[in-house]
Amino acid sequence: MNPFSYARASDVADAIRQIAADPAARFVAGGTNLIDLMKYDVEHPARLIDISQLPLKSIEETPEGGLLIGAMVPNSDLAYHPLIEQRYPLLASAILAGASQQLRNMASTGGNLLQRTRCFYFYDVVTPCNKRKPGSGCSAISGVNRINAILGTSDACIATHPSDMCVALAALDARVHVAGPGGARTVAFPDFHRLPGATPERDTNLESDEIITGIEIPAKGFNANYSYLKIRDRLSYAFALVSVAAALELEGDTIKEARLALGGVAHKPWRDPAAEAAMRGQHAGESAFTKAADLLLQGAQGYGHNNFKIGLARRAIVRTLSQAARGMPQSQSVKKIR
Amino acid sequence: MASYIGTATSRVDGRAKVTGEAKYAGEFNLPGLVYGQVVGSTIAKGRISLVDTSEAMRVRGVIDILTHQHRPEMADSDDAYKDDTAPEKGSPYRPLYDDRILFCGQPVAVVLAEDWETARFAASLVRVEYQREAHVTDLHAQRGEAFAVEKPEKPRGNAEKAFAAADVRHEAEYFIPTEHHNPMELFGSTAMWEDDKLTVYDKTQGVQNVQRYLCGVFDLKPDAVRVLSPYMGGGFGAALRPQYQVVLAVLAARAVQRPVRVVLTREQMYALGYRPATIERLALGARSGGTLDAIMHEAIAVTSQFEEFSRNDTGWADLLYTSPNTKFVHKLARLDVPTSSDMRAPGAATGVYALECAMDELAIALKIDPVQLRLQCYSDRDQNTGLPYSSKQLRECYGQGSAAFGWEKRNPEPRSMRDDHELVGWGMATGVWEALQMPAAVRIVLTANGHAEVATAASDIGTGTYTIMAQVAADMLGLPIDNISVKLGDSSLPQSPLEGGSWIAASVCNAIATTAHAVRKELLRLAKRMKDSPLAGAAADDVTLADGKIVSTKDPGQAASIASVMQHGKVERIEREESNTFTEDKLHARNAHSAVFAEVKVDEELGVIRVTRVVNAVAAGRILNLKTARSQIMGSVVWGIGMALHEETLYDHHFGRVMNANIAEYHVPVNADVHDIEVIFVDEPDETINPLGIKGLGEIGIVGVAAAIANAVYHATGKRVRDLPITLDKVIQFE
Amino acid sequence: MAQPGTAEPLRQTDVLPEKIQITLTVNGTRTGLAVAPWTTLLDALRDRLDLTGTKKGCDHGQCGACTVLVDGRRINSCLTLAVMKDGAEVTTVEGLASNGTLHPLQQAFIDHDAFQCGYCTSGQICSAAGLIAEGKARTADEIRELMSGNICRCGAYPNIVAAIQQAMERS
Repeated sequence: MNPFSYARASDVADAIRQIAADPAARFVAGGTNLIDLMKYDVEHPARLIDISQLPLKSIEETPEGGLLIGAMVPNSDLAYHPLIEQRYPLLASAILAGASQQLRNMASTGGNLLQRTRCFYFYDVVTPCNKRKPGSGCSAISGVNRINAILGTSDACIATHPSDMCVALAALDARVHVAGPGGARTVAFPDFHRLPGATPERDTNLESDEIITGIEIPAKGFNANYSYLKIRDRLSYAFALVSVAAALELEGDTIKEARLALGGVAHKPWRDPAAEAAMRGQHAGESAFTKAADLLLQGAQGYGHNNFKIGLARRAIVRTLSQAARGMPQSQSVKKIR
Repeated sequence: MASYIGTATSRVDGRAKVTGEAKYAGEFNLPGLVYGQVVGSTIAKGRISLVDTSEAMRVRGVIDILTHQHRPEMADSDDAYKDDTAPEKGSPYRPLYDDRILFCGQPVAVVLAEDWETARFAASLVRVEYQREAHVTDLHAQRGEAFAVEKPEKPRGNAEKAFAAADVRHEAEYFIPTEHHNPMELFGSTAMWEDDKLTVYDKTQGVQNVQRYLCGVFDLKPDAVRVLSPYMGGGFGAALRPQYQVVLAVLAARAVQRPVRVVLTREQMYALGYRPATIERLALGARSGGTLDAIMHEAIAVTSQFEEFSRNDTGWADLLYTSPNTKFVHKLARLDVPTSSDMRAPGAATGVYALECAMDELAIALKIDPVQLRLQCYSDRDQNTGLPYSSKQLRECYGQGSAAFGWEKRNPEPRSMRDDHELVGWGMATGVWEALQMPAAVRIVLTANGHAEVATAASDIGTGTYTIMAQVAADMLGLPIDNISVKLGDSSLPQSPLEGGSWIAASVCNAIATTAHAVRKELLRLAKRMKDSPLAGAAADDVTLADGKIVSTKDPGQAASIASVMQHGKVERIEREESNTFTEDKLHARNAHSAVFAEVKVDEELGVIRVTRVVNAVAAGRILNLKTARSQIMGSVVWGIGMALHEETLYDHHFGRVMNANIAEYHVPVNADVHDIEVIFVDEPDETINPLGIKGLGEIGIVGVAAAIANAVYHATGKRVRDLPITLDKVIQFE
Repeated sequence: MAQPGTAEPLRQTDVLPEKIQITLTVNGTRTGLAVAPWTTLLDALRDRLDLTGTKKGCDHGQCGACTVLVDGRRINSCLTLAVMKDGAEVTTVEGLASNGTLHPLQQAFIDHDAFQCGYCTSGQICSAAGLIAEGKARTADEIRELMSGNICRCGAYPNIVAAIQQAMERS
């Protein structure tokens, strides 16, 4: 870890002022990912601006019937908040599928979005990695890539987005509220995270002088028919090989609306409106679910060790949609898959 | 007074551990302490052409940076670096010795600074240049170069011929990847020179081994070196050999003339020893009725380029099954990696995994119940030596284990049992380990207030040594356990073997008995000098110590309190140190045995495996403490679950580097992975093996567990996975 | 939270971070100390305050050995910068017993032999204290899941669950 100076931001405006003034500075809130990366010498900020005390810790109802979640709300508080548990159980479930309770107590809502991608080579500063050092090459493509992406990859990078919470937020059509020197703006969730393309060093479309102030989720919470299923190499405290967030609105056995997002398979939570549109009006059953899975996985490509993820994802999608349709969401503590 | 031996006594060091008072090697905050941070090599093979420390040295707070070109003197002969457990053949690795790079992560510099954060930062500024040489880290690529180790088990009969002629044959290859011990405590050492005396707090399973090693490396007299390890945050074999950080701490303390602590990072611990990746080839030939005619077992395990570490994977069948024809070959393949090492049940955890999966496959081919096959092949003698066992209650293990598990309800057909979406599988396997014992000395100091201190240099690595020693001493001295204090983990204490091989309990507890006998003799001598002594005519073997008294065994009414005896004798303390040597028993084989039964539930579509139930029935002689003994076996079962489903050190062979060198991506079981584990101790009196009938428990619990789980996965799914770990993508061919 | 960049490591070898004065209430005692920004709460406890009961097992939030309670919540002290906890109340394993009487969890861990080497134990016990305070775990499955952030390489998990159940019943 390199030396850095430390300052606390007094309010959002002060935070923006401070970050805009110092290109080598970085915000820190929960610190669960940034401090980790600094210890591995992957990140080297010259200055940390502590935003953990900013008054962004409330969860408020919006006039449209949704919720605005402050960026500094800890992950665990969000998961256990009565409004989230009641209206957005998909989000609660996804959060509780991630990390450990200690880390969820530390991690902020905004910070969860900014977790850097997962790849053995990104974390190992000795090996070439385009994300760490643009132009140095991607070691994972021909290396140990069991954990890497199958969708939206590029020749430059096959890292995966590690968050569980973001997979649910993607499915729920969340919007990210950000503020910068030029004022505030909101970003639709699909536009927040990036695919690696030729610039894998950038994980998101947040500008370097912007701050996340909150996450807005619309009224529709799909609290009757939803499920978050995370498949991993041990039963807890491990990143996803594949995870699926599924939400359905049913009229009888017919799908009125469907949401479907994947984690662990791409540089961002993976969602495709076409897959969801194809389910609309269909009977909530295996045939519609399989078709949706095929559409969502269109173009999926393995790199050797991770080829299995394509078939695994297909089956996991069908299963999770089935759990949602049956009204039997996956429990995060009882490990038997429903 | 109640006997403590055999009871479920809570750990005597429990309070120290639950309050945080127990101090581990990296926790002695000595005045003036200097913090060391290791810089590891980034290549697997070659030479160091340059170590540029200039930038790092400019960091405020950096005191010195040691390299192979800038360090105090060290020995220059292989013998000096050979510790008690070093492989016979080869040249032990010498830390910071020269410019040769033998494996990735090898220390090339150690940065010394006023605080750890500064040392860590400066370490990132040390610039090292290398002349690279081509490396190889892939066992499969080197298997053709493997060579047989010097002393293979003698073949019996003609196994090839018998196999070819067998009614039913099973032949297959199994694979266990490299695994790392990952004790929770990071490897660390704190070293301090005072004048010419060296004191070291070290994470080690053998303080006297480290003491002798440091005497060799630094040309010191034994009385100039004291090594302490009062508490140890997990060993599992990783801390049998002195690790390089202890040399670096001592070197650094000498260089800067201040106490130095060197603690490795988790990542750096992947450049220490490991369970070697092993290819196991099994061939079993049977008669159609279900008896064995041929057993062939060949293993190829990893070692380094510079040492030949080998633990025989292949001889275990001779301890379990009768077969007139056997052939065992254990081979090594050299890779550009650190030397492999002992890891919980070395040789057996891997070799018996393959053997017991093969027996399961043979049982299926024979259409015989797997327990039945094992009973039909049951051996009452070590087939290799022809010797009978000192005790072997393995039949009882099969019986009690299968009864507790409900094995008779098993439908042998694969995929025949299910629970909703999950396929249910029941599998079993046998476990076997050696019952070893080593010379050990124990000192007892009995004081007139009825307290006793019991001391030996052994370490308690979590196995419960403090507790069983207190129990045995309390019984032998007739004192309440609260009046016993046990001192361990100090090289200046009486001689003890390393804490490993499951031999500590037998070794030190029998030594306590011997020493307690000497104390008793002295008490009797004093008692006889009392006026009207009730024990005037008693012989040493006719008295016992109980309830704080010395008592005649012939007439329990004849007794005198220890306090009064010592008072009359005008002695404040009785101190005795005796050592135990075990006369070599050439008439018996000595082993611990087990039968493991496992239930798995496998999601039929997704391949997610849950180990829902394990029963491990163990026959291991006298059980000293039901509570800590159960924990030993339970923990071993958790290790077996990890071995079966999770653990694998992933190498990128292009870089020659471990890519999951952390405890997030090297998966060990977490709480959610572990469900019901039932431990059964089968009664196994053994008056032959040693006076107390102890066999040891550290390893037997893991042996067979991975095989039982693998066999259960097959029974559940019909899919035989022979390569560990059994991940979901090996169970299901995802299209 | 800004977009992460890919700057090369800093080479300002002469500009080590200035120490910052903070106050922590550790196990009920207000303690002032000057720490550099890069000092974690874990290193401050172990190296500066000599509270070595809190353990370092990975230093990356992957094992849970460093778990302490900050303002009553369990966190990984290894990923927590001490300067960010100025004014906080910290409870470590050393602060659980009162007047020589063990905390019910400490006693339950001894009763159920919920540890072997003892190195993960402080973190397990602090984590369990946090778990009980959260009130989200009732069943064994819930305890297992919510204690999965604390790795025990000795494999004492079933005993850890039993110990926590005992402490929950008695609290």
